[in-house]
Amino acid sequence: MSSFKHLLVAALSIGAISVSSPAALQCAPVPDSITLNQNGKLFSPFTFNHAKHIQSIKECADCHHHTTGTLVTDPNCVRCHQNSSPTAVVSCKGCHLATPFSPETLAAKRADKQRFHLDKMGLKGAMHQSCIGCHNKVGNGPTGCQDCHPRTKEGSAFYSSNRKGAKPAHAEEE
Amino acid sequence: MKRRNFLKACLIGGTTIALGKTNKGWASGSFEGYPEAMGVLVDTTRCIGCRSCEAACNKEQKLPEPDTSFDDPAVFEHERRPTSKAYTVVNRYQKEQPSGPVYRKVQCNHCNEPACLTSCFVNAYTKTKEGAVIYNSKICVGCRNCMIACPFNVPGYDYDSATNPIVKKCILCYDTRLKYGKPPACVEICPQEALTFGHRADLIKLAHERIRATPERYVDHVYGEKEVGGTSWLYLAPVGFDKLGFDTTLSNDPIISNVKDFLGMVPMVLSIWPALFSGIHLLCKNQEHDGHGHDTDSNQEDTKP
Repeated sequence: MSSFKHLLVAALSIGAISVSSPAALQCAPVPDSITLNQNGKLFSPFTFNHAKHIQSIKECADCHHHTTGTLVTDPNCVRCHQNSSPTAVVSCKGCHLATPFSPETLAAKRADKQRFHLDKMGLKGAMHQSCIGCHNKVGNGPTGCQDCHPRTKEGSAFYSSNRKGAKPAHAEEE
Repeated sequence: MKRRNFLKACLIGGTTIALGKTNKGWASGSFEGYPEAMGVLVDTTRCIGCRSCEAACNKEQKLPEPDTSFDDPAVFEHERRPTSKAYTVVNRYQKEQPSGPVYRKVQCNHCNEPACLTSCFVNAYTKTKEGAVIYNSKICVGCRNCMIACPFNVPGYDYDSATNPIVKKCILCYDTRLKYGKPPACVEICPQEALTFGHRADLIKLAHERIRATPERYVDHVYGEKEVGGTSWLYLAPVGFDKLGFDTTLSNDPIISNVKDFLGMVPMVLSIWPALFSGIHLLCKNQEHDGHGHDTDSNQEDTKP
């Protein structure tokens, strides 16, 4: 049952798995592309080119912490994860919850008095901070909302995009 | 009832009311908010100024269409404040700095001891146990005292309706979300998780832990932890809070502390003073009258024979 759950989680988190790259294959197959934002309503789903990122970054642990690739070097993490070997769950969704602030999540967090990682980012926050953070640092990746995921019709209505260019009230005062 | 007894009763009654009120006033000074109150921690180092929170608030609270779209960066040219049509706004600061701009979301901070609530003489405001400061527009008489009282310049005012003008501000999505334990719409949509929802007590610990773990990222202060007696919305910042438009001159005492000593005297003034002074007045007058009476009596007596 639990293995089925794991499979399900893996299947959900890794959308479209195409060809596995032969390099660095130890446990799970490495997807070349992943469909992200699969249930997005305001922004469309899009394909993340995993293979291209592997080629340019080379270091898995830059994005995946200690779950795969080399061991961690962050002195704060090293204190506990010095010898943490690659884990069975590597995908972002395996650890970062899609609903970090739901009543259930908050209650579980409060009940677990010994938990160390109390400030664990939710899935959406983790992905955006990881992507945008790195793209800003490296300076050659997309950082705008629609550079990665184009808005849906619903999204355009949500952001009232038809009013783009309309003068804000304070501008008229001047 | 004799006049003397009546005055005595007035005095005793007035003193009791005055003392009772004053004690209650003193007690409220140590109130540190409801233990189960929720809150939001705003990490301004994470915000990218996408204004999704503004859009989500607009839709959740069914506010009118904005003047310009929610992805228009032109709005950052001017510092904005919340209005009756936008319960939350994002402002940009530190644009010229090499470290890049810092964005700050503004909305009602949901004080532990709200000044708006204190100033409202019809009791339209309520601080719920979940931490939200909500208001009843049916009770509101439109005096706008709360707008003046608010230390953060938050409440907006809807002037459009002449028959039912009402104060409007963020209610932490109380009716639709908070009541059911769910995070407000702005928190849920934030892509960067710049907004963290949770119990206020936990968020304070979390905020200090972030400062401790990455001291180079933050100034060592959590805005809202102590300001004006504490607020449900808390802020972390990479630079001095005064540089991000925060009022850093606010006292740690709740606004009510400025007036509660004075307000504690009001029942005394209202109940004792009239009784006391009218008593003195009556006594003086009575003596005069009695004197007159005696005089006339004696005069009468004199004239009798």
